Order: sequence, then structure tokens, then C-alpha cells
Amino acid sequence: MMNYSSRPAEEPAVRARDLTVVRGPRTVLRGLGFSVPHGQITGLLGPSGCGKSTLMRAVVGTQAKVTGTLDVLGHPAGHPGLRTRIGYVTQAPSVYDDLTVRQNLDYFAAILDPGRAAAARRAEHVTRAITDVDLTGHADTLAGNLSGGQRSRVSLAVALLGTPDLLVLDEPTVGLDPVLRRDLWQLFHTIAAERGATLLISSHVMDEAERCHRLLLMRAGELLADDTPDALRDRTGSDTVEAAFLHLVDEATAAGRTKETTR
Amino acid sequence: MSTTTPAPTRALSASRTTATAARVLRQLRHDPRTIALMVLIPCVMLFLLRYVFDGSARTFDSIGASLLGIFPLITMFLVTSIATLRERTSGTLERLLAMPLGKGDLIAGYALAFGTLAIIQSALATGLAVWFLGLDVTGSPWLLLLVALLDALLGTALGLFVSAFAASEFQAVQFMPAVIFPQILLCGLFTPRDNMHPVLEAISNVLPMSYAVDGMNEVLTHTDLTAAFIQDTAIVTGTALLVLTLGAATLKRRTA
Ligand SMILES: Nc1ncnc2c1ncn2[C@@H]1O[C@H](COP(=O)(O)OP(=O)(O)OP(=O)(O)O)[C@@H](O)[C@H]1O
Ligand SMILES: [Mg+2]
Repeated sequence: MMNYSSRPAEEPAVRARDLTVVRGPRTVLRGLGFSVPHGQITGLLGPSGCGKSTLMRAVVGTQAKVTGTLDVLGHPAGHPGLRTRIGYVTQAPSVYDDLTVRQNLDYFAAILDPGRAAAARRAEHVTRAITDVDLTGHADTLAGNLSGGQRSRVSLAVALLGTPDLLVLDEPTVGLDPVLRRDLWQLFHTIAAERGATLLISSHVMDEAERCHRLLLMRAGELLADDTPDALRDRTGSDTVEAAFLHLVDEATAAGRTKETTR
Repeated sequence: MSTTTPAPTRALSASRTTATAARVLRQLRHDPRTIALMVLIPCVMLFLLRYVFDGSARTFDSIGASLLGIFPLITMFLVTSIATLRERTSGTLERLLAMPLGKGDLIAGYALAFGTLAIIQSALATGLAVWFLGLDVTGSPWLLLLVALLDALLGTALGLFVSAFAASEFQAVQFMPAVIFPQILLCGLFTPRDNMHPVLEAISNVLPMSYAVDGMNEVLTHTDLTAAFIQDTAIVTGTALLVLTLGAATLKRRTA
């Protein structure tokens, strides 16, 4: 057990206050405040371009021009000590097309857990990650010769290497079939339950929202809601998270309009 | 949860560097045509050159030796700039820099991988030139190889640096005429540098390739290690290390 991962029980895995991000000429995130609890799956949902990927990049520490407070696992986001503790999947699969699946994972595993002494443990982690994403039959195929969904699974497998305390997954199930999606969500729940890991997962697909413990609903760089799926449905009197989301969007749009007309 | 403490990020970690070098070489192994081109083109060019200067062996000696220094620089410049650009655009760089990989590890890994290739390339080209094409070197062919290797390092450094300013492969390739061609013109390959217009000579004095070529010519004409040779190689090495450091500064963990 790592020393610095000991923490007060109530400390959230991610805590943001007044989080603002500027990309190019635009303010992409505007003063967000939220917490992501430990050991749970938090879904990040919102329309295309609302800033989901930007928020995830800020949490991982690869986004420039971040202001406000953003604490991740008890450190400011981007702290060097976090680099072994966060597994990150970018939205576009980021793997080497001219390496096989196993060679890709071997390399990233050697970066996470270097040294000859760790070789056996690495091999075990690589094999487990390949099994987790159901690519055992393709372990020796070049990543460039895989289908789109298979490539994104290789990218996901990289994030599963080692035992990250926080997994940040940017649309990990996009373009996958229902069976595989179900299996991956089962895997996510297992990771949260058995390893006590925290997962932050963005998605476009609203039925996936139902599988999260908590949801962050975003729109145009602002947070519409930060709640459990049940609470969201109750609050808006909707049957599904999708309906609840649409309700909240309409509400926000209407509020925006009245603000404009009263101005 | 994990019961192991992963190694922290240090400025340079030997195992992460070698893992990176092995990965780069493994990528190239899946691309045998590139390897073949890298290794064979210098040999073919030298062979051609030998018969272009069929009547004047002295010219072949001087141009051949210069080219032995220029080839590794150009090839490594091209492969490194494209390879790092691909690393940037494919998202793997973002992923790596979110991991406990030091920037130095990445750069040293690339330098190690391409340095290995440069040794093979230069060994073949130098061997061919000295033993089969009758290139007449006074000094040791090993020194030719050493300079070639340093030139390769310089090429890797320049390629890495330049890739930060290229947004696409098209741009990266265009940096080759922009960065390399002027140096070829001014390095003393076509005419001795002290015959040039003083302004051009002054410019050539600050271009690293001039020293790469000077170093080669020192080996060509002297049996022993001359002070000029040591100065030339030191300048090439120093520039390479300086540019590598500048290249490291262009690898940003946080990007817009
Ligand atoms: N590299 C960039 N430079 C400048 N602006 C950017 C950049 N990348 C994204 N943006 C802008 O930031 C905003 C949020 O982008 P982001 O990628 O976070 O959205 P997203 O919610 O992940 O969308 P999607 O669901 O389509 O992936 C968008 O308006 C986009 O135009
Ligand atoms: Mg996105």
C-alpha cells in the first residue's frame, strides 16, 4: 500500500472549485464545482462540445490554462506523484499502430512499472488487461490492422495496466456492440467494487448513465447537475436519465432566455 | 489494490529509456522498407559518386568523406521529425506524458534507437567507401564512424526540435529543405568554406553541419587526433546536446 494514498475517509477522489479552462479564444469550462467520490463510478454526460474531454484532461493534468482549484487524490491535478495512480483513456485511441497489441501493452507497462525485477508482474498485468478487453485472440495483431472498436479497446487496456486508483475514461465504449458494452460496464463495476478504484467515465449514450453511481451533467461548459441517477429522475419527475437530462437542458435554455430578455 | 510502490518519475531512468528505445526499434521492425531505404541509400549514393568522379579520385575522397557525415544527419533528421510528429498527433505523446515517463527518457530513448540504426548505416557506408570504393583516408576509419554517429545524434536532435513546429507531415518534410539544405550548401561540400563570400563564411561558422564535415576532412587528411578534430567533434556534440535540451522543452505535459 502506498503511503501517500492514506486519506481521511470523507476526502473525495476529485474535488473542483471554480474550475475554469480557456482553450484558444474560448472559455470552455466556466467555474465548475463538484466532487467525485471514492470507489464509485461517476458518469460525465453532456452534448458534443460541452467540455467533457477538456474536464478529463484537466483532471489528468494534460490541459493547459486551468484556473481555480482542482485536487485529485489529495494532490493538485498534474502532480508528478499522480502519474502512476491515474489510468487515462483519451477519446481517440492512442496506441502505436505499427506495434502488436501485446507490444503496445508491454511498452506502456514498462513505463508504469519499470525494471527487470518487475518483468513477471508486468507480463501478468499485460495478459490480464488483454483478457479484460477481450482481445486475447488478437494479442499478436498489429494495432493498425484492428477494427475501430478493437483499437479503442487496446487503448482502454493500456489504462487498465497496473492498478490505478483513478480511471479517467473518455468515451471508452463508443462504437462497441451491446454485448461488449455490457461486459465492459461489468468490468468497470468490478474494478470499482474489488479494487476500490474511482472511475470517471464520459459518455454520449444515456442508457450507460443508468449504470453509474453518480452523474455529472454538463452543457456548454457549465454543470447542470451533480447527483445520483435516482435523485435526478425524482427531481425532474422523469422515467429515464435521458428524459431528466433533456428536462434540465430545456430548463437551463429557458432560464438563459429569460436572462437575456430581462437584460 | 496494489501492494507495490511504482518507481517515481525521475529525470532519467535507464529502464524507461531502454524500453522506449526497444519500442521505437520494434516499430521500425514492422516497417522493413524504411530500414532498407535508410541503410541502402547512402551506399548507393556513394557508389554513384565514386563513378561520377571516376577520373578524379581526390575529389571523391573529399566529397565522399563529407557525405559520410551528412547522410546520417539527414536520415536521422527525417525519421526523428516524422516519428515524433506521429507521436504528437496520435495522442501517444499525451498518454506517455500523463504517465511516469521523464521527458529525458523519451528523448534519450529515441536517440538510443536511432543512434543504433545510425551505427549500422554508417558502418555499412564507411566500410563500402573505404574497402570497396577506394576512399583514401589517412586517419582511422573508426574516427569516421565516430563522427558519423555524432552527426546522427545531431540529426536526431534537430528533427526532434523541428517537429514541435510542424503541425503535419507535409510541414515536417518541408523543414528538411529549410533546415538541412542551407547547411549542405554552406558546409564546405561544394567549395572550401574560406573561399566563400565573407558573410556566407560567417554564417557557415555557426552552422553545426560545417563542423561535422570539417571533422570528417580532418580524419581524411591526418593520421592522428588533431586539435581541430577534437574541437569539431566537441562542437557537434555540444550543439546536439543543446538542441536535445531545447527539444525537451518543446515536449509539454500540459497542452492547449
Ligand atoms: N485544441 C483545442 N483548441 C481550442 N479549442 C478546443 C480544442 N479542443 C477543443 N476545443 C473546444 O473546446 C470545447 C470543448 O471541447 P471538448 O473536446 O472538451 O468537448 P466534448 O464534450 O468532449 O465533446 P465530444 O462529446 O464531441 O467529445 C469545444 O467547443 C471545442 O471547440
Ligand atoms: Mg470529448
